[in-house]
Amino acid sequence: MLVVAFVSFSLFNFVGDPINNMVGEETSDEERSELRETLGLMDPIHVQFSRFVVNASKGEFGISYQLRRPVSELITERLPATIELVVISALIALITGTLLGVYTGINRKSFVSDVILAVSLLGVSLPTFVIGILFIYLFAVILGILPSFGRGEVVDLGFWTTGFLTISGLKAIILPSVTLSLFQMTYIIRLVRAEMMEILQTDYIKFARARGISEESIKYKHALKNGLIPVITIAGINIGTLIAFSIITETVFQWPGMGFLFIQAVQFVDIPIMSAYLVFIAFVFVMINFIVDILYYFIDPRIRVKGDTVSG
Amino acid sequence: MSFLKIKNLSVDYPMRKETVNAAKGVNIEVNKGEILGLVGESGSGKSTVGNAIINLIDEPGKVSSGSVFLGDLNIHEDHKNNVKYRGKKIGLIFQDPQTSLNPILTIGEQLIETIQTHLVLTKEEAKERSISLLNEVGIKDAAKRFDDYPHQFSGGMRQRVVISLALCCEPELLIADEPTTALDVSIQSQILDLIKKLTKERNLAVILITHDMGVIAETANRVAVMKNGDVVEIGITKEILTNPKKTYTKSLVSSVPPTNKKISRFVIIEKENNNKNKDNLKILNRWTKKKIIKQDLVQVQNLSKSFDDNFFTESSKNSIMAVNDVSFNIREGESFGLVGESGSGKSTIAKMIVNLFKPSTGEIFFDNVCITTIKKNFEMMKFRKQIQMIFQDPYSSLNGRLKVRDIVSEPIKLHNPLISKNDLDSYVFDLLESVELTQNSADRYPHEFSGGQRQRISIARALATQPRLLVCDEPTSALDVSIQAQILNLLKDLQEQLNLTILFISHDLPVVRQMCDRIGVLRDGKLCEVSNTEDLFLKPQHDYTKELLHLMPKIESIYN
Amino acid sequence: MDNIITTWSRIKDSDIFFSFKKSPTAIISSLILFIIFFCSFFVELITPYNPFDPSSLSLMEAFTPPSWTEDGLSKFILGTDGQGRDLLSTILYGSRISLIVGFSAIMFSLILGVGLGLTAGYFGGKYEMVVMRLTDVQLTVPSILMALLVDGIARGLISREMHDEMAIYVLIFAIGISEWPQFARVSRAATLVEKNKDYVSASTIIGVSNLIIMFKHILPNILRPVLVIGTIGLALAIIAESTLSFLGVGVPPTTPSLGTLIRLGNDFLFSGEWWITFFPAIFLVILAFSINLLGDWMRDTLNPRLKK
Repeated sequence: MLVVAFVSFSLFNFVGDPINNMVGEETSDEERSELRETLGLMDPIHVQFSRFVVNASKGEFGISYQLRRPVSELITERLPATIELVVISALIALITGTLLGVYTGINRKSFVSDVILAVSLLGVSLPTFVIGILFIYLFAVILGILPSFGRGEVVDLGFWTTGFLTISGLKAIILPSVTLSLFQMTYIIRLVRAEMMEILQTDYIKFARARGISEESIKYKHALKNGLIPVITIAGINIGTLIAFSIITETVFQWPGMGFLFIQAVQFVDIPIMSAYLVFIAFVFVMINFIVDILYYFIDPRIRVKGDTVSG
Repeated sequence: MSFLKIKNLSVDYPMRKETVNAAKGVNIEVNKGEILGLVGESGSGKSTVGNAIINLIDEPGKVSSGSVFLGDLNIHEDHKNNVKYRGKKIGLIFQDPQTSLNPILTIGEQLIETIQTHLVLTKEEAKERSISLLNEVGIKDAAKRFDDYPHQFSGGMRQRVVISLALCCEPELLIADEPTTALDVSIQSQILDLIKKLTKERNLAVILITHDMGVIAETANRVAVMKNGDVVEIGITKEILTNPKKTYTKSLVSSVPPTNKKISRFVIIEKENNNKNKDNLKILNRWTKKKIIKQDLVQVQNLSKSFDDNFFTESSKNSIMAVNDVSFNIREGESFGLVGESGSGKSTIAKMIVNLFKPSTGEIFFDNVCITTIKKNFEMMKFRKQIQMIFQDPYSSLNGRLKVRDIVSEPIKLHNPLISKNDLDSYVFDLLESVELTQNSADRYPHEFSGGQRQRISIARALATQPRLLVCDEPTSALDVSIQAQILNLLKDLQEQLNLTILFISHDLPVVRQMCDRIGVLRDGKLCEVSNTEDLFLKPQHDYTKELLHLMPKIESIYN
Repeated sequence: MDNIITTWSRIKDSDIFFSFKKSPTAIISSLILFIIFFCSFFVELITPYNPFDPSSLSLMEAFTPPSWTEDGLSKFILGTDGQGRDLLSTILYGSRISLIVGFSAIMFSLILGVGLGLTAGYFGGKYEMVVMRLTDVQLTVPSILMALLVDGIARGLISREMHDEMAIYVLIFAIGISEWPQFARVSRAATLVEKNKDYVSASTIIGVSNLIIMFKHILPNILRPVLVIGTIGLALAIIAESTLSFLGVGVPPTTPSLGTLIRLGNDFLFSGEWWITFFPAIFLVILAFSINLLGDWMRDTLNPRLKK
């Protein structure tokens, strides 16, 4: 985490002179140095850094260059949109992906499997934005049944705004979440399939067959349980990637989330937003890794129970 | 009346270029209460037959003809229904206990599941039965260990669990596919005794598949010898081993290293390649053959090596002492054997002598110079020329991407950078000839050669720098017994003609007896005993040595 | 000459070529790729139009639909865009940019990643730990994000005009940096496997230097999985580049890639001129799909364990 904070901080301070970025061309030199004083830019580096960290943990990131509003405000405004989008997409990708992956891994020779695989390959080749545009065109322009941009009506729950409680909100989230989930889904399908196929080749599966255990039991009890273990890690990384790819989806669908904010920040070199986004992302990833490790502990007995090599 | 009758069983594997007939019209019969040994070298089809009985052949292979009778029942009649005999009438156990068990289920769960698949019992009843079974196979504290996971058991214990799983539904036939090959010799004898006991008590018909003739001699009542998918000979074990009729069987039996005496060379009946040049080795033209001085070529003093488990904490708490204060000497021109079970440290010692690892403490002297403290690379090079090694695994000891010529010339070019191309080529040919390979092997790639031939290439490479000491780390453990005999003969011949000193590492006592003048016995990193070979075998001093000798499977036991 | 003949017959005889011949997908995708590469690189010879020469454009011909529709003209097979540029030519020019960026980025990634991974696996110790930590940290950051970040930083550091000029290099660097951990990870894992093999020990005992062992012995043996990752990575790099260009932070508008074209065409989508965005998109998908097919086939063929 600290590494990331440091990177954000350096971004903040060294990439371009923040003062120049913040004020217009006409501000006099005097005013500029005054501003520097107030912002504490004259203090030694380590003081600035610790201030940055302290502020960051309090959620304060300074003021956006471009939009002239406090970054933290912007973030809290946009956060719910992104979170909701990502959560729904993650669910879609994971559930569908795992189911299809298991199916194609177990039924290797069926025609349906081949079709699924071909489609999944196509899915990996389709950039998210192309999918998005396609969907918009299909559903919004041609069929006109789903909205092509925005979030629909949202209900304000105090610190969180949700689109789940309105019909238009629900409608609006369909296209973006499906678009976002597709790329991941195909990736998950291939991964799970590879896992399943490898497991079905192991000695213990062969031994189970030799003992007369039924094929269904072998596939769905023995193989599946073992196959699900790596899926947990995949799920973790998945959420991370989804958050990143949401940048694209939000742009295409003009979904008012953090990704959209970030892109604009990059285009206008709006450092505070960039660094805030970075810190936020890093935090999410660290949390996810942590949760995945804990989950692993519960699921894989080899980690949970220490092996014992007492000879005998 | 035989219980198991295999009639005319054939198994084919249609491959890309041709169809491989893994089993050709095999006829075998086994009675209840009898152990039939199915012996053969790799590729003989013995495992295939075992798997075919319960239709466990992996695609693209299939049983193309034949029938299998259990009593009066032809279990191959209805291929689909054949499955229901698995576990119920026939139990099968595999070689590697490490991978045979599902790692995320407790052994209790796996037992109960198997039992309930075939027998109508409640969970409680199944559990009771499982626990008594675990007791029967010798697992202590069976009731408590019922809820343990496979990785909590040691190798030998795991194999017992595997056996209990195979027998839990009271099958009448047990097929054991190399059940002890992956285990240490002490555990091996326990498992074999267990199998013998179960055969008697439960009146089982047992097929024991193995490549080890000693195991056959001690365990099997009758034996079937297979080669290339055919059953070459079948009969009572004593008959087959003492009076083999077919050439192949004779060759097989004579290749087995005797455990009760020392012979100078193995008798080879069917040779792999007949390229033996009876003249003197041509490479002697280039070798300056050193006269043998009666001195110690190698002196190992207080050698210790510990491997730290955790990279960060170099505390001795977590470290494993692979080698613990070992000292011995090797005289020039002799063959010194280092013997021990897995984990005894023998390979580690070898690797320190060839300078792949540095010892934690202790010193190694070569020709009276301490080689463990040499820091300069170019000084080390002088010694690297003189100490070479050949390895256990013929498949990983050669770089598959290089031609044989390049593999063998690498050491030559490194130590003689100015050598001309013609000189280099002819030296390579001479080296290949000295290991009984033809000249045109030079332009081929390793994958075109068999395991035995690859070991020959390794030997050629090792000889390229005219070493004085040749370290052999289990050089024949991965080879079939008939090939082993040929390679061991080759090593003996080379040693004689080139005045080599050999350090021979192995876990296989009979082999060591044939190859070595003196032997050191290792256990858990410590040297238990060092003495002359014959003294060691006839009058062992240390208890551990006595135990090893007692437990080693002897083909001569058939005479008792 | 001899060597070439023997190498060719060795290839023909090999298992890989055999499954290549047998697999229609491999043949078709290679063919498609070959055509695309050829056309993109020799585009000047193929098309009569130069879409970037303003003098050859005529606004009168803008927004012409594809030739098979009723308003289409036969000289513009796929129609024209908002400035009268022939769509087919612009697509081919665009794909050349996309391919150049994609390839360069992946080569950069590969060299960096394999270099670090190979040395990390071989030497081990603290060096290996550091490299692996780095890959771990970077792998948690999705590549798009990484590329965006690098690009953003670059924009802040370089002035606007220079940035446009250097945009391609920045882009290559950005995408390259985002993909190297995969190569490093795969190379290290493969190196660890090879390092433990006896032929490496044998060479060490002979006295061969570390450098030679790494490049002569280990490197050729780890290339297989690297190649698979490379092919799939190429597809990802091309998609990444087009995504970035689409988002407006990729190649400058003066040298548009497929992604830029799609973005430009997007504006016209709702007013009915669907072809301006449609054809570049289809082209991109076909390109990526063919690469992925090839990569997939390679992965299946080169994986000994899943042989069936």
